[in-house]
Amino acid sequence: MRRREFLTLSAASIGGVLVYSLDRKVSRLSAQTSQSVRIPLRFFSQSEALIVAAAASRIFPSDEAGPGAREAGVAIYIDRQLAGPWGRDRRRYTQGPFEENAPVEFGYQGQATPQQIYRHGLKDLTRFDHLEPAEQDQKLKQIETTLFFLLLRQNTIEGMFCDPMHGGNADMVGWQLIGYPGPRMSNLDDVDKHFGEAFRPKPVSLRQATGRKVRPSEDVE
Amino acid sequence: MKTLPSVDVVIVGGGWTGLLMAKELGSRTALSIVVLERGGPRKLDDYTEDMDELDYSIRLNMMQNAAQETVTLRHNPGERALPLRQFASFLPGSGVGGAGEHWNGVFPRMLPDCFELLSQSTKKYGAEKLPEDHSIQDWGVTYDEIEPYYTRAERLLGISGKAGNLRGKQMDGGNIFEGWRSEEYPTPPTKMPYFSAMFSDAAKSMGYHPYPVPAATPSQTYRNPDGVSRAGCTYCGFCERFGCMIGAKAQPTNILLPVIQKRKNVTIRTGAQVRRIVHDTSQNKGKVRGVTYTDSSGQEIFQPAELVFLASWTLNNTRLLLLSKAGEPYDPAANIGTVGRNLTHQLNIPAATLFFDQPLNRFMGSGATGITVSDFNGDVFDHSGLPFLRGGNFLALSNGARPIANFGTVPQSVKSNWGSEWKNKALHYYDRTGRITFETEHLAYKSHFMDLDPQYKDYLGDPLLRLTIDWRDNERKLAEFGTTKALEMGRAMGAKEITPFAGLRSYDVTRYQTTHIQGGTIMGNSPDGSVLNPYLQHWQFSNLFVLGASSFPQNSASNPTPTILAFTYRTADAVVDRYLKNPASLA
Repeated sequence: MRRREFLTLSAASIGGVLVYSLDRKVSRLSAQTSQSVRIPLRFFSQSEALIVAAAASRIFPSDEAGPGAREAGVAIYIDRQLAGPWGRDRRRYTQGPFEENAPVEFGYQGQATPQQIYRHGLKDLTRFDHLEPAEQDQKLKQIETTLFFLLLRQNTIEGMFCDPMHGGNADMVGWQLIGYPGPRMSNLDDVDKHFGEAFRPKPVSLRQATGRKVRPSEDVE
Repeated sequence: MKTLPSVDVVIVGGGWTGLLMAKELGSRTALSIVVLERGGPRKLDDYTEDMDELDYSIRLNMMQNAAQETVTLRHNPGERALPLRQFASFLPGSGVGGAGEHWNGVFPRMLPDCFELLSQSTKKYGAEKLPEDHSIQDWGVTYDEIEPYYTRAERLLGISGKAGNLRGKQMDGGNIFEGWRSEEYPTPPTKMPYFSAMFSDAAKSMGYHPYPVPAATPSQTYRNPDGVSRAGCTYCGFCERFGCMIGAKAQPTNILLPVIQKRKNVTIRTGAQVRRIVHDTSQNKGKVRGVTYTDSSGQEIFQPAELVFLASWTLNNTRLLLLSKAGEPYDPAANIGTVGRNLTHQLNIPAATLFFDQPLNRFMGSGATGITVSDFNGDVFDHSGLPFLRGGNFLALSNGARPIANFGTVPQSVKSNWGSEWKNKALHYYDRTGRITFETEHLAYKSHFMDLDPQYKDYLGDPLLRLTIDWRDNERKLAEFGTTKALEMGRAMGAKEITPFAGLRSYDVTRYQTTHIQGGTIMGNSPDGSVLNPYLQHWQFSNLFVLGASSFPQNSASNPTPTILAFTYRTADAVVDRYLKNPASLA
């Protein structure tokens, strides 16, 4: 078994985040605490996680329009997805022969799993997290048509707006940005009202909405 | 191979058609009935926890697992087929209830002329108007014969809507182009959210005839003729790709299972992957003997039965006939055989993506909440001067936009798709974006069909089904026509920017269309051109019936579930009233 790796971040930089300890106990870290936090990684090494966090925050930056991938915990989300069934292609047809250069309308026909695509793609981004933002953008522009980048972009959006139980969208920061209320059980009294005006109920997570400890699929296997 | 004691009826598949047949035969007869479902059991309680976009809508946790079994696809017989490694352009279900658990619940009837498409089109426009390679057929049934069964299906599900043609009388506010209906819808239309209401007003101002989408997400509490009650919809927006957490959306598990579970003569066996239909013609010509299946422990089992219903969705119905060598496979080059022919996939294009100044509150709605315009459907408008046949429905659905699938759509004026500029524009437009879709017919062609793939296998070692399918000039021109009309409607709605549909190229397995795939075991008037007679009975094996959209000679612009359920009812009546008394061909 490989050495257990951690992602060390200052709590202030990640807002409030739900952290799973090794025994899957959940603890909440608050942005108010000033100390650093060590988040156990399931797939990435620490240096890989820092690179992914840096790249995701160029795709969805933290700026004057509001928080971004860093505050949402996107790198933590991606780490868990890659370690789970999705990262290992548990629901993709993986029998050969593989037609790596198939026309786009046939979808991705390659053999590599998301885990392998990330490991391979990250080799082009050595020390990426040490670059200046402008250099980082330039570097990403060079790879923006690669499968790795397309996955990273898609996973960044997922990590911004998934239910917080998946490790991203910490404190529902993504949902607050777009005014999405999460899994709301009833809109019966509002669905045909508020025409032309923003109606923005306070977001609730699935665990809050159901009062149950729902397990995400990446934790089941 | 273990052989089980014989039963009267075996039903392959526990979705809409299989469970409706089990309910009808189970309630109206004392026959012993076994339903074989490859997936797992389901109950209402499962759905309380499934309001999670990532696991259900993005990772497709309720669907058939492509790692175990998928299909291959090519655009024409000269191309090498490749597997659909992940499902995207359509989403096959699995488990009790099948795709009927995670559907949207849009419930329109087909236009009357769909059932007589060849004769009606030829009569009106002449044979030369039909595309050269078409294989359009009449169904062998008319709308008038099917109407009572549509009514029964609507009452079973408690469909919400407004009649447009009540026994021949045109009704304001309904679909005035629909075929006659004997009754008003069982429940009134759903509530109408802002985006759909804007579309309705714009369409009306243009002289069109908008009407509320007929919805299986009922507007109020409903008790159906079987005594099964459901709550009204709360517009939470989690329909498509989810089971309903309050059981409001009509699903096989909430309207059929409660009746079936009270019947001691019906058993549902889950984890049963049916492999073959057994027929040895030497002993008992013209009959099948039962089916073989692999259970969840890997054991091979033979289940003998007097009567077999295939109810395992379009693709698997066709594949089981091909794997079992039941009937002659269709060969378009030699123009022989019938099994696999007339493959169609209902086309659905995002005709116009509209960007508004004002927020839309798009998270509220249901899978079937919205407005339809049918002024350009079927042949309700004249095609004499047009370069295509048939038409489609424009829909402005408010089906509950969820953020992962919808974030990032920006007007064409935004050139980036990551970084600060994109983020800011995407945040601004997230709740200011609406879509007019155009759902159209896909004509049947001689070279669009299904057979067994020579290369790729499923997890049990059986060949995958191979689809040969594409879009043709008729579909491309129809899509262009619809895009132009949708742009006009979008402008009338006051959209500030509009992105038109870019145009149809080849069939793209990565873009969701609909889960409405038809054909393969089609019905018709003669065994020369069809697999089934109009009672969905196999021409060759009189104790084999095949239910579902695999029986449709071609599709319509209307979603298939109402027609599927109507034909299942009709077959159930024919079996109970006639076949059981005289087990022979019904046609």
